[in-house]
Amino acid sequence: MELSAFLLQVLNGLDKGSAYALIALGLTLIFGTLGVVNFAHGALFMIGAFCAITVQRLLSISVVTLDETKTDFLGNPLKIRTPYVEQWFGESIGQGLIDWSVPLAILFAIPVMLLIGFAMERGLIKHFYKRPHSDQILVTFGLAIVLQEIIKAYFGANQIPAPAPSAFIGSFDFGVFIGFDPGTLIYPYWRIVYFLFAMFIIAAVFAFLQFTTFGMVVRAGMADRETVGLLGIDIDKRFTIMFGIAAAVAGMAGVMYTPINPPNYTIGMDFLVISFVVVVVGGMGSLGGAVLAGFILGILESFASMREVIEAIPGINQVVIYLVAILILLARPRGLLGRKGVMES
Amino acid sequence: MLGLSRNDFLMLLFVLVLVAAAPIILNPFPEGSNFAQFNAGYPDLMQRFVIFGIFAIGFNILFGLTGYLSFGHAAFLGAGSYAGVWMLKLLTINVIPAIIISTVVAGIFSLFIGFISLRRSGIYFSILTLAFAQMSFALAASVLTPITGGETGLQTALNDPRVLDGGATGGNIPAPSLFGLEMGHSWKVAVGDWIWTFNVGYYLCAFVLLIVFYIAIRIFRSPFGMMLKAIKSNSQRLSYTGISPRPYTLAAFVISGMYAGLAGGLMVAMDPLAGPERMQWTASGEVVLMSILGGVGTLVGPVLGAGIIKYFENIFSKINDGLLHQWFSFMPDGIENVIVGIIHPFVGKGWHLSLGLMFMLVVIFLPGGLVGGINGLFRRLFRRRSQ
Amino acid sequence: MTVALEVKGVNKRFGGLQALNDVNLLVDEGRIHAIIGPNGAGKSTLLNCFVGRLNPDSGTVIFDGKNLIGRLPHQINQAGVSRVFQTPEIFGELSVIENVMIPALAHRDGIFELNALKPLRREKDIRDKAVDVLDDLGMADKLDMNAASMSRGDKRRLEMAMGLVQEPKLLLLDEPTAGMSRADTNNTIDVLKHIGESRGITMIIIEHDMHVVFSLANKISVLAQGTVIAEDAPENIKGNPKVQEAYLGGAH
Repeated sequence: MELSAFLLQVLNGLDKGSAYALIALGLTLIFGTLGVVNFAHGALFMIGAFCAITVQRLLSISVVTLDETKTDFLGNPLKIRTPYVEQWFGESIGQGLIDWSVPLAILFAIPVMLLIGFAMERGLIKHFYKRPHSDQILVTFGLAIVLQEIIKAYFGANQIPAPAPSAFIGSFDFGVFIGFDPGTLIYPYWRIVYFLFAMFIIAAVFAFLQFTTFGMVVRAGMADRETVGLLGIDIDKRFTIMFGIAAAVAGMAGVMYTPINPPNYTIGMDFLVISFVVVVVGGMGSLGGAVLAGFILGILESFASMREVIEAIPGINQVVIYLVAILILLARPRGLLGRKGVMES
Repeated sequence: MLGLSRNDFLMLLFVLVLVAAAPIILNPFPEGSNFAQFNAGYPDLMQRFVIFGIFAIGFNILFGLTGYLSFGHAAFLGAGSYAGVWMLKLLTINVIPAIIISTVVAGIFSLFIGFISLRRSGIYFSILTLAFAQMSFALAASVLTPITGGETGLQTALNDPRVLDGGATGGNIPAPSLFGLEMGHSWKVAVGDWIWTFNVGYYLCAFVLLIVFYIAIRIFRSPFGMMLKAIKSNSQRLSYTGISPRPYTLAAFVISGMYAGLAGGLMVAMDPLAGPERMQWTASGEVVLMSILGGVGTLVGPVLGAGIIKYFENIFSKINDGLLHQWFSFMPDGIENVIVGIIHPFVGKGWHLSLGLMFMLVVIFLPGGLVGGINGLFRRLFRRRSQ
Repeated sequence: MTVALEVKGVNKRFGGLQALNDVNLLVDEGRIHAIIGPNGAGKSTLLNCFVGRLNPDSGTVIFDGKNLIGRLPHQINQAGVSRVFQTPEIFGELSVIENVMIPALAHRDGIFELNALKPLRREKDIRDKAVDVLDDLGMADKLDMNAASMSRGDKRRLEMAMGLVQEPKLLLLDEPTAGMSRADTNNTIDVLKHIGESRGITMIIIEHDMHVVFSLANKISVLAQGTVIAEDAPENIKGNPKVQEAYLGGAH
């Protein structure tokens, strides 16, 4: 295999790995702090994606004016649809806003996802901390279905495209920088953005947990919830905030993923199962493990879908994630970086 | 009686009466009435109730007793289905060998997967089973196409060898039968406006259900069953009392895998067709939900959970606006439209919404599932009857 | 007198802490051997090494001619060593009688028995045996109670019943009377004494309550900072200056 082909697959794996890592990060935060198996986490990713769609539609709401000077083919005055944003801010700014609707949706998604996260934790999840895992699975699965159906009722069942800003459409030729022929190692701009964005979010979450008192308490709570509770620290309130943050991370991952994969209401479930595998392969209770496993599995998946690899081992592209998951779990009982005693019984 | 305590025997009798009379009980509304839509007493759906009931009973022997949550049991159902279709193709169109081989093949397959997966516990075990099942699903849909028929699935064909039957007979693909009695054969009995359908396939499934339900009761009440409960309670402690938990969990895993294979065999006996989607994680997740909804660790719960989910899937999904308007046509138009508008999102294509809401309501108000929750309610109402 | 358990040169380190330092013990068959010592002396760590919960860094534990080190917990139990845990580790979701029938079945059937279709009700012998032991411990009226819903003292007695019903060759008791009332403690002493004498069970008992120790033990070993500092008959232990220093010296 040529070096450029190798590098291309690494790059291709990065964006999927980023999405896995971001979802798994939130999942493992909730696992680790609240001890809750959250099957609705994929739905949060999906809602994030639909935040992007919502913002795109809001910005495109138009006023209809009649242009008497022109007529359509029936001879009536021509109807011109002008988005309000163009009316208010002028044509160039307005068009820019619409063009940038996906990144702008982040600003919309953060408060929405935080609110949804808080509401979910306070209204529902809170009551299930002491219930068996089976009850948690049923209630969060039920919630996921309900959220999916609500989105389906409003947005329909089809995939809805939400393009990246036009400035990021097209590809970046990595190859020429490092001496390959032009065109051998190209990578879409938006995927670079997605990867950098994911790295930024991951770094922010880690920094938050590492360098703030709040984060310190949460990490202590992940290690030993009861003791922290005994110290008289109100761990519950912090966990609510943690849930909101996990929801926001999943939501932002969803927003930014829309240009890569137009969302429909099932996108969350599709990601959820693999994210569970990612969390467990990374090791329960380990944030670093979740991120590491997300990227490893994303990149391996990308390699396995290469033509040469499929020809050598038929079907490998379908099973590689699961095969690697099995091998890692058999070699390392608690995943890559897991701690003893977390979710083992 | 039959080695059961009085209460257990009564429970078995109760289930016997229910499944025997199901074609009557599930058709409470006269044919052609407004609510005939809610009748579930047609063979196809009743077979599904019973087959998924068997699947869930078996799953509950593993999950309910040992607490090991497998997310890959659909793989055994799928493997059983494929094995069953091959028996119908190669050996005979009689369903008995197909059902037996389905169970055996699923048993061997689960022994292999269980042996590896049970090296881990908790969520690590769940993910291992999920991974094995997803691999089986992907391979069945792609590489194993010569054995599984790929994405289109495997079915009986006119030119199948059927060694015992003597090969191709007429112009039609023979239908699965029990010594010549076709599974699809039904007797219809009309009583007044009611029509009851007594179907051969259904009664074969119901007979099998009774047997495996009886076996499940025996397992629950055996020393073996007690050890499984002890594993769920405190598996570490069990090893300090001189018991090795591994062979017990493996035995439970294989038993539940065989139940799944049996369910798969019955499926192909009813409809000689098997596809890879039967192995997908959604199918594994469904049986998990059935068990939890009905009541984990209870005997009747899983059957109840299976019935309810299948009822929603088949009945609620078929209610459309036309039917709704018909039902509420006695009301003034304005009110009729409002009511239809309110119900509309929950039925037809929106049946998933009702299902999701029901999951949440059940688990919020009835901890321990339907059976567990109802038991709890009764206990609170009649405090003195503590047992 | 024959030796039931021989502990030779057992060491165990946790990070920077030498939990056990060259521990040697000889436990005589059919006797009750008490291990006492201040908190953190390594008593529970030592028991954990006997039952396969911990693997010592070095040393041997010979029981019945076999080295127990490296064997799995259920193998050690099947060899005839039962342990009564300090914090009750019972099967909370099961009834009291079931909790006792499980070890009784393990004793009769071994590590695994596929008796999936045999009704539990038909196990009359096992049940009778369990009822007997529970009766000895004054719990005959609580057979069908849910184990998790019992008082702490009752859980301790249930723990003991689970050990006794196996008629082990060696019974390890980790503070068996902690949390019990004085009356229950005295009853427990009587039961242990009676069983020890009538069935010839060797016992190792860890205990803080000196009343229990001096009522039961034939021999006492004193453990301090991971080392055995004295081993003698009860009447000689009290006057041993090393022991006084370990207890009093560690107290200020």
